Amino acid sequence: MLVQFLFYAFSAVLIASAFGVITSRNPVHSALCLVLSFFTSAALWLLIEAEFLAIVLVLVYVGAVMVLFLFVVMMLDINVEEVRKGVTRYAWLGWLTVVAVLCEILGVVMVRRLGVDVTQAPKPLAADYSNTGELGQVLYTKYVYPFELAAVLLLVAIVAAIVLTMRKRKGLKVQDIAAQVATRAEDRVRIIKMKAETRE
Amino acid sequence: MPKPMNPNLLLAIPLLPLAAAVIAGLFGRMVGRAGASAITIAGVLGALLLSLVVFKQLVFEGASAYNGTVYTWLVTDGIRMQVGFLVDTLSVLMMVVVTFVSLCVHVYTIGYMHDDAGYQRFFSYISLFTFSMLMLVMSNNFMQLFFGWEAVGVVSYLLIGFWYTRPTAIFANMKAFLVNRVGDFGFVLGIAGVAHFTGSLDYADAFSSVQAIAGQTFEILPGHTWSAITVICICLFIGAMGKSAQMPLHVWLPDSMEGPTPISALIHAATMVTAGIFMVARMSPLFEASEAALSTVLVIGATTALFMGFLGIVNNDIKRVVAYSTLSQLGYMTVALGVSGYSVAIFHLMTHAFFKALLFLAAGAVIIAMHHEQDMRKMGGLRKRMPVTYWTTLIGSLALIGTPFFSGFYSKDALIEAVAESHRAGAVYAYWCVLLGVFVTALYTFRMLFMTFHGEERLDHHAKDHFHDVGWDMKAPLVALAIPSMLIGFFTIQPVLFGGYFKGAIRVLHHNDVVAEIGEHFHGPVAFALHGPLGAPFWLALAGVVCAWLFFLKNPSWAAAWESRLKGLHTLFSNKYYFDWFNEHVIARASRGLGQFFWRAGDQAVIDGTLVNGSAAAVGWFSGIARRVQTGYLYSYAFWMVIGLAALLGWFLLKAH
Amino acid sequence: MITLQHMLVLSGLLFALSVAGMFINRKNVILLLMCIELLLLSANFNFVAFSRYLGNIEGQVFVFFILTVAAAESAIGLAILVVLFRERRSINVEDLSTLKG
Repeated sequence: MLVQFLFYAFSAVLIASAFGVITSRNPVHSALCLVLSFFTSAALWLLIEAEFLAIVLVLVYVGAVMVLFLFVVMMLDINVEEVRKGVTRYAWLGWLTVVAVLCEILGVVMVRRLGVDVTQAPKPLAADYSNTGELGQVLYTKYVYPFELAAVLLLVAIVAAIVLTMRKRKGLKVQDIAAQVATRAEDRVRIIKMKAETRE
Repeated sequence: MPKPMNPNLLLAIPLLPLAAAVIAGLFGRMVGRAGASAITIAGVLGALLLSLVVFKQLVFEGASAYNGTVYTWLVTDGIRMQVGFLVDTLSVLMMVVVTFVSLCVHVYTIGYMHDDAGYQRFFSYISLFTFSMLMLVMSNNFMQLFFGWEAVGVVSYLLIGFWYTRPTAIFANMKAFLVNRVGDFGFVLGIAGVAHFTGSLDYADAFSSVQAIAGQTFEILPGHTWSAITVICICLFIGAMGKSAQMPLHVWLPDSMEGPTPISALIHAATMVTAGIFMVARMSPLFEASEAALSTVLVIGATTALFMGFLGIVNNDIKRVVAYSTLSQLGYMTVALGVSGYSVAIFHLMTHAFFKALLFLAAGAVIIAMHHEQDMRKMGGLRKRMPVTYWTTLIGSLALIGTPFFSGFYSKDALIEAVAESHRAGAVYAYWCVLLGVFVTALYTFRMLFMTFHGEERLDHHAKDHFHDVGWDMKAPLVALAIPSMLIGFFTIQPVLFGGYFKGAIRVLHHNDVVAEIGEHFHGPVAFALHGPLGAPFWLALAGVVCAWLFFLKNPSWAAAWESRLKGLHTLFSNKYYFDWFNEHVIARASRGLGQFFWRAGDQAVIDGTLVNGSAAAVGWFSGIARRVQTGYLYSYAFWMVIGLAALLGWFLLKAH
Repeated sequence: MITLQHMLVLSGLLFALSVAGMFINRKNVILLLMCIELLLLSANFNFVAFSRYLGNIEGQVFVFFILTVAAAESAIGLAILVVLFRERRSINVEDLSTLKG
């Protein structure tokens, strides 16, 4: 009973915050709403005993991705008024599509039954069951190559993000180590041969 | 047991001139003028010597004819296209004639083209021509025959337009090329017909299945059936008409005189134009099977022989007179083919090659001596100034009109008798044509001779001041050609016509064999010649000479008087029966109109307008609509994606029900 | 008791909301990116729910990878955004139409 209550409560918060994300006038508010929705999602995943992913969601999304979002939003000087101009022009189409998609999804979920009994409760897990352990077992055996590939993908993303945003400003005093290493003595010291000066 | 012929030796005969042509043509700058002429002359001399060796083996040592393939080019659908040689008495005769005349012309060219900038180019062309002609006559299949046929056509085109800065030369070579295309079209159809019925391009296969073809019929237009063999032979003969300048495809030959004189002698008198005659003789087994085709050949030849001769009488250009004479003589040969006297045709071809080449080269010598003056009205009395040229021309002329004991007499008299013996449809018409032709031939030949070499000098100051007789490099070939012009008929008539020389090479059905019928009355060349004055041709020729003497030497005013009296006829002759006018105004204009129509309607409207631009326009129109979807705005792409997703899901749901 | 249906309906709602967000905030690239994050979250919901209710851990492995990809995607997306803003002084999608056909 408590679980059910918690589910509805978190679901309500999730829907509300998602609504906030899409309707808020201020991007910062949107981002914060998104953080909230991630939190509540994590809570909901905890409820259905997917603990590892719940924690990861909080750590990765809230801790990293959303911070990045906020950072960017705050760094850029966005003219909100201009961006929001003409928002309502296609809103009717948007809502129409949303209703259609929702009806279709619900039609699938509620009516079609998906070939499985969707009204079942999950099988209760053993007391010493470890979601993390189970996931790790699969991830490091069966899915080890995709796992490594995911790591490479992240690396690529890091490099790409850095390359994209890096810029050189003129007149900036920075060390050029390659140039330092490549220096030769002739470039620095000029040796002149001349007659010794004598005092008259 | 005679040893078989060596194919490598045969291969060397055409390849020597080819190699020389390649060296002189591509490396002309490197080898220089003297080098180019020396190499090409060496090449042709080599070909001549080897041809003589083959001739000796074949005729005197009794070697059997060679028929073999040297190289298979490709095989498609069972039809083999290959390079092969058929060397029998017929082709070896042609080889000797071609290489001998070619050698004379090569030597003569040294003097004739002495001052010309295109010296090496010219030598390269004539050697290339020799190669092509040898390939043509030595071929053992239709493919190679066609190759040689076209190759000589191309070289002829190149040589007529040798002085390519002259607009008239360009016009003439284009004309020759186009008219020959008409003939070649028929020729290709004929070859295709042979390939269709025999499935092979080899002469031997075609000849052996004559009976099979003869029984079959074509149905080209529904409801009309034609005998296959007649259609094939007439198609082949259309090719020969183009190449051998028979009416009405003769129009290119007089204009081809725009080319340098040596090639007029080599190509347009002695060899290339006789390729058609040679081809029909080679195809004798096919032609024998079709009476109708032979009658066509006969009538066309007779018409050409007489009516082209008339044109020679009114022309004042020395080269063109000889050219019309060539046309007329080609007509004679065609008549001989038409009465199944193939051996007579080839015999006349051989003698004609010598004396007509001689006449051309002599005319060329006169032209060079006169500083490129070709109008006979500005000549006269050149006998004393150029004695060697005069005497050789006289020999050539006497041979041409058929004076007893000269080579032309034997061939022409035999030819006329063969026509007289024939009972083929059209033979009577042909007989009168060739008989009257003798008179005409004598008339124009001696008109030319008298106007050029006799009478008072009509040279203008320029010609008189710069007149100089030609050197021995040009006279030697004249002499070299004069000897066979005089003697070759006497020595060869017996073996060639009546001695079974062409046995195996030319096939004549027994009841068509007019030559054998003449042979029954033949008692040696002397008797044949002494018999000459008893026949009509001799007196007609004499009458022609006398008329020429009366009208053009004794009383030139008579000629003018007759000219005005027969004004209509003279105009008709001067305009060459309006063939050129007809071609230009009717055929050329119609085909240009047709071309314009196809260009406008077919090319511009349908292909360019509708298909090419139309499809582009249709795509452009559709794209103009479709590009509105591509707004470039991120959100619209996202919209479309989401809408697409919704639609897909909806479809999925509906389908699942 | 939370049934599978509960989770699926919740994820459907979340999906619909994020789609609606894409229509509403069609001009703001940052918000579009946020909506994409929401979309991915709803997809992850489905994965986790099915994984749990079918007793198959591999669904969660998938979520793990989706999180990785989503993190990479948002990092690069934001980097592009920063560069874009530097160029144009704007993140209005309407200014980004040089790909127009």
